[in-house]
Amino acid sequence: MLSYWLEIVLAIGFVTALIIPVAISDKGRRSFVLAVRSLWLHKLRAFLSVMGIIIGTGAVIALMAFGEGSMQDALDDIKRMGATNIIIRSVKPPDDGSTAKRSFVAIYGLTRHDYERIATLQQSGTITRMVPMRVFPAEIRRLEKLHNGRIVGTTPEYADVNQLELAAGRFLTDEDCLEMRNVVVLGAAVARDLFPFSDPLSPENRGTIRLGQYFYTVIGVLRDRMPTGGTGGSQAAEDYNHDVYIPLETTRARFGRTVFIRQSGSRMGEQVEFSQITLTVSDIDKVRPTGEVIREILRQHPRQDWAVTVPLDRLEEAERTKKRFQMLLVLIASISLVVGGIGIMNIMLATVTERTREIGIRRALGAKRRDITMQFLIEAVVQTSLGGILGAVVGLSITFLVPWLASLLGETLPAKVHVPSIFLSLAVSVTVGVLFGWYPARRASLLDPIEALRHE
Amino acid sequence: MPAVVRVIDLVKNYYLQSDTVRALRGVNLEVAEGDFVALMGPSGSGKSTLLNVLGCLDRPTSGEYYLGEENVARMTDDQLSEIRSRYLGFIFQSYNLLPQYTVVENIEIPLLYQGCKLTEETRQWCISLAELVGLGHRLDHRPLQLSGGQQQRVAIARSLVNRPQVILADEPTGNLDSKTSDEIMMMLTRLNAEGKTIIMVTHENDIAEWARRVIRMRDGQIESDIRNKRPRGFGDSVPELPLDNLTPTSPVNVPNSYSPG
Ligand SMILES: Nc1ncnc2c1ncn2[C@@H]1O[C@H](COP(=O)(O)OP(=O)(O)OP(=O)(O)O)[C@@H](O)[C@H]1O
Ligand SMILES: [Mg+2]
Repeated sequence: MLSYWLEIVLAIGFVTALIIPVAISDKGRRSFVLAVRSLWLHKLRAFLSVMGIIIGTGAVIALMAFGEGSMQDALDDIKRMGATNIIIRSVKPPDDGSTAKRSFVAIYGLTRHDYERIATLQQSGTITRMVPMRVFPAEIRRLEKLHNGRIVGTTPEYADVNQLELAAGRFLTDEDCLEMRNVVVLGAAVARDLFPFSDPLSPENRGTIRLGQYFYTVIGVLRDRMPTGGTGGSQAAEDYNHDVYIPLETTRARFGRTVFIRQSGSRMGEQVEFSQITLTVSDIDKVRPTGEVIREILRQHPRQDWAVTVPLDRLEEAERTKKRFQMLLVLIASISLVVGGIGIMNIMLATVTERTREIGIRRALGAKRRDITMQFLIEAVVQTSLGGILGAVVGLSITFLVPWLASLLGETLPAKVHVPSIFLSLAVSVTVGVLFGWYPARRASLLDPIEALRHE
Repeated sequence: MPAVVRVIDLVKNYYLQSDTVRALRGVNLEVAEGDFVALMGPSGSGKSTLLNVLGCLDRPTSGEYYLGEENVARMTDDQLSEIRSRYLGFIFQSYNLLPQYTVVENIEIPLLYQGCKLTEETRQWCISLAELVGLGHRLDHRPLQLSGGQQQRVAIARSLVNRPQVILADEPTGNLDSKTSDEIMMMLTRLNAEGKTIIMVTHENDIAEWARRVIRMRDGQIESDIRNKRPRGFGDSVPELPLDNLTPTSPVNVPNSYSPG
């Protein structure tokens, strides 16, 4: 955050350093005004000739914004999932016809055996925390009200790992788990839905939540939680606000090993011991190696009924995306530099020929070669700078418009304005003006005054 | 009267691929301060070439040219620019105003290249010059909105703005009818009466009659040099104008240390 502001301050300083000499000196201001007036005589021509620069600048700013946006998105995700966490999930394998008995009960996923094998890593101190979870869809009832949500059976540490924030009450405790209490923590949406008017924690609401055949008492309500973005198919985007949390042991005792899920009319049995195990690794450098070790352990499963997500991988992915954007950016910037530069040079050469007589007049009235060079150079730079500013406006509009359009179509396209890229592309525009304006300006200054005066 | 312009054995050759054009073949000339010279001669006799050399727009092939005390013949391009901007005023046949500038801005141009700051004071000076040539009511007009005579008057005002030592005019009335020509000549005569040195190229005898001295050229050499006993305009009722401040404040003096940057 600090470096972000530092960048902005530096960038603004850079631009003021460019502007001040022009603004302060009488001559600078005058040259600027005269250049703008000369350009104004051929508005359309000037506009068309800086088109390359407008497009280049706009593209650079927009692309950087999308690169930044996806990076920020990834960072937010990682923060939410925990940078030192590893998430192991049970994944239902595709039905393979070869399995002889096609039972109605699908048995897959992480088992107690897996849990114990992974737990051995705890002894080396690499893993500081293991939070198992069992998740299944369920009808959450209170009186005549029904909320279709999910039951999450878990342990107290879940709250820390997922950085849960309580709106009221408390989360599960070790006692809740040991005694297999019938207690429940509600997600924000569930609480809103089932307790529209009363406080879920008040004594008269004790034991009014029904899950399956048993009644439960609300001990806590969570704050609204942002949904997590999906990661490469291994994890679907989740909305936590429809979850309710009960002790893991309680799910085992009350729901048994197999739960039946109504799915498009038919009932499907599922026997999954752990839907997910979330591990916390002691050291951020050990996250990836630990992930590999766990993958190695789970590879012994006969079927691919598991998935390991390392949130830190998201970071790598985002960095790769960003790098790709940056490479594209360099490409586009250099193309626009060349194309824009050629456009400017072309128009400036034409201008010099067209205004040969003017050059002769100015020379006769005392202009030195240097004055003529400066006049045309300033004109070129003013032109490219205005092009750059226009391009920045275009780029920023894209940055704000495209995500908005995407949101209308139900897509999310994160974009975050990358401030240095604005100043970078403006600096490039100025440089293009200087580089490509130099030759025509020099040519203008080398004209012979008498011949220039005779020019029609 | 000291000579403000002194030319010794001036030669100007143009080297083309096939042959050499000898435009000036040893011209010797002295022009005193406050003189009014008309250069005449057939087409191709070298009048414009001589005027360009005198105006420091061109360098001679050989010979010496003293403007004031300074030998201008060997100066660098930048030094010549400096001389033009400080000590010379130009009036052209085709006016040569910048179309994108207003009357006042056109008059200001030479000041721009003197490196002097454009202030309210210089602006007032330019306006007073515009008034002097009778265009006080046209300050914000563009050249294309003016008649030829009016444009030439702007050019005269412009040639005065740097308080020049010498005004050089190449056929200043070449594009104008006789009535407007007389107006312009009246104006130049008035300036001369106030002490300005004027060197003017012309084809027409009635225009040359306004000058104090008529020099005829032929084949790059001076053929004759005659004092006009009674120039036109002399003794006419020329309205007095406050032109004291038009005379140069300092003699022609380019610092020797001047180096082109
Ligand atoms: N740039 C040049 N290159 C080659 N020859 C030139 C050049 N300028 C002038 N001349 C030649 O020099 C000679 C003198 O030309 P100059 O223009 O001085 O004549 P002028 O007396 O002004 O004629 P006019 O009355 O027609 O204007 C002519 O023969 C002309 O062809
Ligand atoms: Mg001529």
